[in-house]
Amino acid sequence: MRVEIDEPKCVASGQCVVASPEVFDQRDEDGVVIVLDAAPAPALHDAVREAAAVCPAAAIRLVLE
Amino acid sequence: MTRVVVVGASAAGLAAVDALRREGYDGTLTLVGAEPHPPYDRPPLSKQLLAGAWEPDRLVLRTPAELSALGLDLRLGTAATGLDPAARVVALSDGDRLPYDALVIATGVRPRRLPGEGPQHVLRTLEDALALRERLRPGRHLAVVGAGFLGAEAAAVARGLGVEVTLLEPEPVPLARTVGAPVGAMLAALHREHGVTLRTGVAVRAVCRGGVRLADGAFVAADEVLTAIGSVPNTDWLAGSGLPVGDGLECDMYGAAAPGVYGAGDVARVRHPVSGAASRVEHRTHAAESGLAVARNLLRPDAPRPFAPVPYVWSDQYDVRLQAYGYLRGHEHLDVVEGALATRRFLVAYRSGGRLTGVLAAGLPPRVVRRWRQAVAGRVPWREAVPAAGAVP
Ligand SMILES: Cc1cc2nc3c(=O)[nH]c(=O)nc-3n(C[C@H](O)[C@H](O)[C@H](O)COP(=O)(O)OP(=O)(O)OC[C@H]3O[C@@H](n4cnc5c(N)ncnc54)[C@H](O)[C@@H]3O)c2cc1C
Ligand code: SF4
Repeated sequence: MRVEIDEPKCVASGQCVVASPEVFDQRDEDGVVIVLDAAPAPALHDAVREAAAVCPAAAIRLVLE
Repeated sequence: MTRVVVVGASAAGLAAVDALRREGYDGTLTLVGAEPHPPYDRPPLSKQLLAGAWEPDRLVLRTPAELSALGLDLRLGTAATGLDPAARVVALSDGDRLPYDALVIATGVRPRRLPGEGPQHVLRTLEDALALRERLRPGRHLAVVGAGFLGAEAAAVARGLGVEVTLLEPEPVPLARTVGAPVGAMLAALHREHGVTLRTGVAVRAVCRGGVRLADGAFVAADEVLTAIGSVPNTDWLAGSGLPVGDGLECDMYGAAAPGVYGAGDVARVRHPVSGAASRVEHRTHAAESGLAVARNLLRPDAPRPFAPVPYVWSDQYDVRLQAYGYLRGHEHLDVVEGALATRRFLVAYRSGGRLTGVLAAGLPPRVVRRWRQAVAGRVPWREAVPAAGAVP
């Protein structure tokens, strides 16, 4: 799984960080998402899927490899 | 369970079908949507799309490949017209009848309109937004009726496009009932600074040709009128079904309205498992989270989990992004606990029933906001959450 972000879409909600803090963080200055781990381990996949599902801006795209 | 029908092909309906497949449901999955478009995102309609920064293709919620990977029986441009919950059948506008084992109702809301013969814009669909955008030319005059989040966002975008804007609000202070008078006053000042003519305490009676008629008989001339006075749940098609319909589809704390029938998104009025209060939440995040929650409960009716989200909503007005967590409406008290309203970098805490039930933030680093957000989720007693309680904003 590869995590991709459509950055201009991100509205800095922080929902992804709540769902999957291992993989997502937010920039201090404007709250825009930062991907900490673009190729997360399988154990994290459920949480990452949850993050993508609850992102209110549909800014997180998961590419299955 | 081999037949699931989801009615409403937008944020909540899509979240539900997505979650059903992710949780391993592999039976027939029918997604019925009245709009002709594949699911698209609404918040940008009053923001980037209206401003002309984005075109409609940016709003698409799933690529065609992603949609087809969900293996849906997709019925777009088709409305559900009736429901027989005893027989478990949904009737469609094309005459088809869909039997189901479980049903998700995610038909959202539609805008309320004002009486009168004059043309009025509303802002709910892609077509609405494109029609309004087409008319927002520099120097033209737009009257926006209703200074809620939607009206205020549209007013801000129109100002950015060089449009003259009059914002008409019946309350003395915009949004005061939701965010409180001090925050409402700050927002009013923000709009005035950007050249919006904000008139509060004025009720609009009707839309006429060339403007709007106020309750006191006065006339406000405008080239275009945008009506942003709230919404009505799309439950008409449930008339006669016997489902509990009031202000929306009445659901229990699991999102269920009847055996095998669930509600999600803007249309659903869900009972909160802790506070016991029933509320209908019109937020983008709530749509996704509730779609997800009911999908899970639908698959496990014997072990349902209560749906107790912390509502989250944002709104962009000029360069200020407001972010609200929890329940603000109906608060008994508020305090500015970080920053200051005047600087537009602040966090306001809201108290209801002696607890911290919501916060509203702007311009603060995420880690500061996250701390408060956790406290809201935990419904922390006010005196613990806000030790300096009593400070006047
Ligand atoms: C302009 C605008 C800006 C917004 N900005 C924000 C924001 O900044 N932040 C935020 O949190 N939220 C915002 N929202 C709210 C957010 O978009 C909604 O909460 C979300 O769209 C709700 O999703 P839903 O799927 O429940 O309902 P909807 O998006 O309303 O979708 C319901 C769908 O069901 C269809 N339907 C209705 N009746 C039938 C029927 N009988 N049969 C079949 N289909 C039917 C409708 O055509 C529609 O496509 C905004 C909304 C709008 C309109
Ligand atoms: S959930 Fe989406 S919008 Fe919110 S911070 Fe993460 S990527 Fe951005």
